[in-house]
Amino acid sequence: MPTKLTINCTTGERAEVEMTAEEVAQQEADASAFAEEQAARQAQEAAAAEAKASAQAKLKALGLTDAEIEALIK
Amino acid sequence: MATHNLIQTVTVGAGGAASVEFTSIPQTYTDLLVLYSLRGSQAQVYTQATLTFNASSTGYYWKMLQGTGTSIGNQAVTNGSSIGGFNGTGSSATANTFGNLRLYIPNYASSQFKSCSINDVLETNASTTYMALVAAVWNNTNAITTITITGANNWVQHSSASLYGIKNT
Repeated sequence: MPTKLTINCTTGERAEVEMTAEEVAQQEADASAFAEEQAARQAQEAAAAEAKASAQAKLKALGLTDAEIEALIK
Repeated sequence: MATHNLIQTVTVGAGGAASVEFTSIPQTYTDLLVLYSLRGSQAQVYTQATLTFNASSTGYYWKMLQGTGTSIGNQAVTNGSSIGGFNGTGSSATANTFGNLRLYIPNYASSQFKSCSINDVLETNASTTYMALVAAVWNNTNAITTITITGANNWVQHSSASLYGIKNT
Protein backbone atom coordinates (compact mmCIF):
# COMPACT_ATOMS: atom_id res chain seq x y z
CA MET A 1 0.00 0.00 0.00
CA PRO A 2 1.36 3.49 -0.84
CA THR A 3 2.32 5.65 2.11
CA LYS A 4 1.41 9.14 3.18
CA LEU A 5 3.69 11.46 5.12
CA THR A 6 1.63 13.43 7.62
CA ILE A 7 2.67 16.41 9.71
CA ASN A 8 0.48 17.58 12.58
CA CYS A 9 0.91 21.35 12.50
CA THR A 10 -0.22 21.79 16.09
CA THR A 11 1.92 19.15 17.78
CA GLY A 12 4.70 18.85 15.21
CA GLU A 13 4.22 15.08 15.20
CA ARG A 14 5.19 13.37 11.95
CA ALA A 15 4.09 9.95 10.80
CA GLU A 16 4.31 7.77 7.75
CA VAL A 17 1.04 5.91 7.37
CA GLU A 18 -0.48 3.66 4.75
CA MET A 19 -3.01 5.36 2.51
CA THR A 20 -6.60 4.19 2.92
CA ALA A 21 -8.37 2.22 0.21
CA GLU A 22 -10.39 5.35 -0.62
CA GLU A 23 -7.23 7.42 -0.97
CA VAL A 24 -5.64 4.82 -3.24
CA ALA A 25 -8.80 4.68 -5.35
CA GLN A 26 -8.70 8.47 -5.62
CA GLN A 27 -5.03 8.38 -6.63
CA GLU A 28 -5.79 5.81 -9.34
CA ALA A 29 -8.76 7.81 -10.64
CA ASP A 30 -6.61 10.94 -10.78
CA ALA A 31 -3.87 9.03 -12.61
CA SER A 32 -6.37 7.76 -15.15
CA ALA A 33 -7.77 11.26 -15.75
CA PHE A 34 -4.24 12.63 -16.02
CA ALA A 35 -3.25 10.00 -18.62
CA GLU A 36 -6.35 10.79 -20.64
CA GLU A 37 -5.71 14.53 -20.52
CA GLN A 38 -2.03 14.01 -21.31
CA ALA A 39 -2.85 11.91 -24.40
CA ALA A 40 -5.23 14.61 -25.64
CA ARG A 41 -2.63 17.31 -25.00
CA GLN A 42 0.09 15.38 -26.84
CA ALA A 43 -2.24 14.79 -29.80
CA GLN A 44 -3.00 18.51 -29.87
CA GLU A 45 0.72 19.38 -29.78
CA ALA A 46 1.48 16.86 -32.54
CA ALA A 47 -1.33 18.25 -34.72
CA ALA A 48 -0.04 21.80 -34.19
CA ALA A 49 3.52 20.76 -35.12
CA GLU A 50 2.26 18.97 -38.20
CA ALA A 51 0.21 21.99 -39.31
CA LYS A 52 3.23 24.25 -38.80
CA ALA A 53 5.48 22.00 -40.89
CA SER A 54 2.85 21.79 -43.61
CA ALA A 55 2.44 25.57 -43.70
CA GLN A 56 6.21 26.06 -43.92
CA ALA A 57 6.46 23.58 -46.79
CA LYS A 58 3.70 25.40 -48.70
CA LEU A 59 5.38 28.76 -48.16
CA LYS A 60 8.65 27.33 -49.43
CA ALA A 61 6.87 25.96 -52.51
CA LEU A 62 5.66 29.49 -53.18
CA GLY A 63 9.29 30.63 -53.36
CA LEU A 64 9.90 32.08 -49.88
CA THR A 65 13.37 31.56 -48.42
CA ASP A 66 13.93 29.94 -45.04
CA ALA A 67 14.81 33.36 -43.59
CA GLU A 68 11.57 34.85 -44.91
CA ILE A 69 9.53 32.00 -43.51
CA GLU A 70 11.30 32.33 -40.17
CA ALA A 71 10.53 36.06 -40.16
CA LEU A 72 6.87 35.36 -40.82
CA ILE A 73 6.35 32.86 -38.02
CA LYS A 74 8.23 34.73 -35.31
CA MET B 1 2.57 44.61 7.16
CA ALA B 2 1.98 40.97 6.34
CA THR B 3 4.33 38.56 8.02
CA HIS B 4 5.07 35.03 6.90
CA ASN B 5 5.40 32.56 9.75
CA LEU B 6 6.79 29.12 9.07
CA ILE B 7 4.34 26.63 10.58
CA GLN B 8 5.96 23.38 9.51
CA THR B 9 8.40 22.10 6.92
CA VAL B 10 8.92 18.49 5.93
CA THR B 11 11.30 16.58 3.68
CA VAL B 12 10.49 13.19 2.20
CA GLY B 13 12.76 10.41 3.41
CA ALA B 14 14.59 7.59 1.64
CA GLY B 15 11.51 5.45 1.01
CA GLY B 16 9.56 8.19 -0.76
CA ALA B 17 5.91 9.00 -0.07
CA ALA B 18 2.89 9.01 -2.37
CA SER B 19 1.33 11.86 -0.47
CA VAL B 20 2.37 14.70 1.83
CA GLU B 21 -0.24 16.01 4.23
CA PHE B 22 -0.35 18.92 6.68
CA THR B 23 -2.98 18.30 9.37
CA SER B 24 -4.38 20.30 12.30
CA ILE B 25 -3.45 23.59 10.64
CA PRO B 26 -3.78 26.45 13.16
CA GLN B 27 -6.69 28.81 12.45
CA THR B 28 -4.84 31.89 13.67
CA TYR B 29 -3.69 33.33 10.34
CA THR B 30 -5.52 35.02 7.48
CA ASP B 31 -3.84 33.24 4.55
CA LEU B 32 -1.71 30.17 3.93
CA LEU B 33 1.24 29.71 1.60
CA VAL B 34 2.83 26.35 0.80
CA LEU B 35 6.11 26.10 -1.07
CA TYR B 36 6.76 22.68 -2.56
CA SER B 37 9.90 21.24 -4.12
CA LEU B 38 8.77 18.03 -5.79
CA ARG B 39 10.17 15.24 -7.89
CA GLY B 40 8.07 12.16 -8.61
CA SER B 41 9.02 8.64 -9.57
CA GLN B 42 6.72 8.62 -12.62
CA ALA B 43 8.85 8.03 -15.75
CA GLN B 44 8.02 11.27 -17.53
CA VAL B 45 9.48 14.77 -17.66
CA TYR B 46 6.53 15.94 -15.59
CA THR B 47 4.43 14.00 -13.14
CA GLN B 48 0.86 14.33 -12.03
CA ALA B 49 0.08 16.15 -8.81
CA THR B 50 -3.29 16.62 -7.14
CA LEU B 51 -4.40 18.67 -4.19
CA THR B 52 -7.25 18.21 -1.71
CA PHE B 53 -8.44 20.01 1.41
CA ASN B 54 -9.73 18.34 4.58
CA ALA B 55 -9.54 14.94 2.80
CA SER B 56 -12.60 15.93 0.78
CA SER B 57 -13.12 14.45 -2.67
CA THR B 58 -15.90 16.73 -3.90
CA GLY B 59 -16.54 20.29 -5.00
CA TYR B 60 -13.33 21.37 -6.72
CA TYR B 61 -13.48 23.75 -9.68
CA TRP B 62 -10.28 24.72 -11.45
CA LYS B 63 -8.76 26.15 -14.60
CA MET B 64 -5.19 25.60 -15.76
CA LEU B 65 -2.99 27.44 -18.25
CA GLN B 66 0.25 25.74 -19.22
CA GLY B 67 3.29 26.58 -21.33
CA THR B 68 5.93 24.14 -22.52
CA GLY B 69 8.39 26.46 -24.22
CA THR B 70 6.96 25.47 -27.61
CA SER B 71 3.22 25.25 -27.06
CA ILE B 72 0.44 26.26 -24.72
CA GLY B 73 -2.42 24.30 -23.24
CA ASN B 74 -5.36 24.71 -20.95
CA GLN B 75 -7.76 22.56 -19.00
CA ALA B 76 -10.85 23.19 -16.94
CA VAL B 77 -12.64 20.91 -14.50
CA THR B 78 -15.96 21.50 -12.78
CA ASN B 79 -16.98 19.76 -9.58
CA GLY B 80 -13.92 17.52 -9.61
CA SER B 81 -12.66 15.22 -6.90
CA SER B 82 -9.38 17.13 -6.49
CA ILE B 83 -7.44 20.09 -7.88
CA GLY B 84 -5.09 19.11 -10.69
CA GLY B 85 -3.51 20.62 -13.76
CA PHE B 86 -0.19 21.28 -12.07
CA ASN B 87 2.81 18.99 -11.90
CA GLY B 88 6.00 17.99 -10.19
CA THR B 89 9.18 17.14 -12.02
CA GLY B 90 9.18 13.52 -13.20
CA SER B 91 11.95 10.96 -13.16
CA SER B 92 12.73 11.41 -16.88
CA ALA B 93 13.85 14.97 -16.23
CA THR B 94 17.50 15.82 -15.59
CA ALA B 95 18.73 13.90 -12.55
CA ASN B 96 18.44 15.54 -9.16
CA THR B 97 16.21 18.39 -10.35
CA PHE B 98 13.00 19.27 -8.56
CA GLY B 99 9.94 21.24 -9.62
CA ASN B 100 8.96 24.41 -7.77
CA LEU B 101 5.33 24.87 -6.76
CA ARG B 102 3.66 27.67 -4.88
CA LEU B 103 0.17 27.29 -3.41
CA TYR B 104 -1.60 30.36 -1.99
CA ILE B 105 -4.86 30.11 -0.04
CA PRO B 106 -6.44 33.37 1.12
CA ASN B 107 -9.03 33.38 3.92
CA TYR B 108 -8.59 29.68 4.58
CA ALA B 109 -10.41 29.87 7.92
CA SER B 110 -13.46 31.72 6.64
CA SER B 111 -16.97 30.33 6.30
CA GLN B 112 -17.05 31.11 2.57
CA PHE B 113 -16.01 28.94 -0.39
CA LYS B 114 -12.20 28.67 -0.61
CA SER B 115 -10.19 29.96 -3.53
CA CYS B 116 -6.54 29.24 -4.19
CA SER B 117 -3.88 29.69 -6.83
CA ILE B 118 -1.00 27.45 -7.80
CA ASN B 119 1.96 28.14 -9.99
CA ASP B 120 4.66 25.68 -10.88
CA VAL B 121 7.84 25.60 -12.88
CA LEU B 122 9.49 22.26 -13.57
CA GLU B 123 13.21 21.82 -13.87
CA THR B 124 15.04 19.91 -16.57
CA ASN B 125 17.94 20.64 -18.89
CA ALA B 126 16.01 20.32 -22.17
CA SER B 127 14.23 22.50 -24.70
CA THR B 128 10.80 21.47 -23.48
CA THR B 129 9.74 21.89 -19.92
CA TYR B 130 6.51 22.86 -18.25
CA MET B 131 5.10 25.74 -16.29
CA ALA B 132 1.51 26.14 -15.19
CA LEU B 133 -0.91 28.46 -13.47
CA VAL B 134 -4.00 27.06 -11.77
CA ALA B 135 -6.89 29.03 -10.30
CA ALA B 136 -9.25 26.97 -8.18
CA VAL B 137 -12.26 27.14 -5.91
CA TRP B 138 -13.32 24.54 -3.39
CA ASN B 139 -17.06 24.85 -2.94
CA ASN B 140 -17.00 24.19 0.77
CA THR B 141 -17.53 26.55 3.69
CA ASN B 142 -15.48 24.59 6.25
CA ALA B 143 -12.22 26.08 7.44
CA ILE B 144 -9.22 24.39 5.88
CA THR B 145 -7.45 22.25 8.47
CA THR B 146 -5.72 19.73 6.21
CA ILE B 147 -3.82 20.13 2.92
CA THR B 148 -2.80 17.03 0.97
CA ILE B 149 -0.71 16.82 -2.17
CA THR B 150 -0.56 13.45 -3.91
CA GLY B 151 1.57 12.22 -6.79
CA ALA B 152 1.01 9.57 -9.45
CA ASN B 153 3.48 7.28 -7.72
CA ASN B 154 5.90 8.45 -5.04
CA TRP B 155 7.42 11.81 -4.27
CA VAL B 156 11.07 10.88 -4.09
CA GLN B 157 13.57 11.50 -1.29
CA HIS B 158 14.45 15.18 -0.70
CA SER B 159 11.10 16.43 -2.00
CA SER B 160 9.93 19.00 0.51
CA ALA B 161 7.01 21.16 1.59
CA SER B 162 6.94 24.25 3.79
CA LEU B 163 3.69 25.66 5.16
CA TYR B 164 3.55 29.36 6.08
CA GLY B 165 0.82 31.24 7.89
CA ILE B 166 0.34 34.85 6.86
CA LYS B 167 -1.19 37.55 8.98
CA ASN B 168 -1.18 41.29 9.26
CA THR B 169 0.81 42.22 12.33
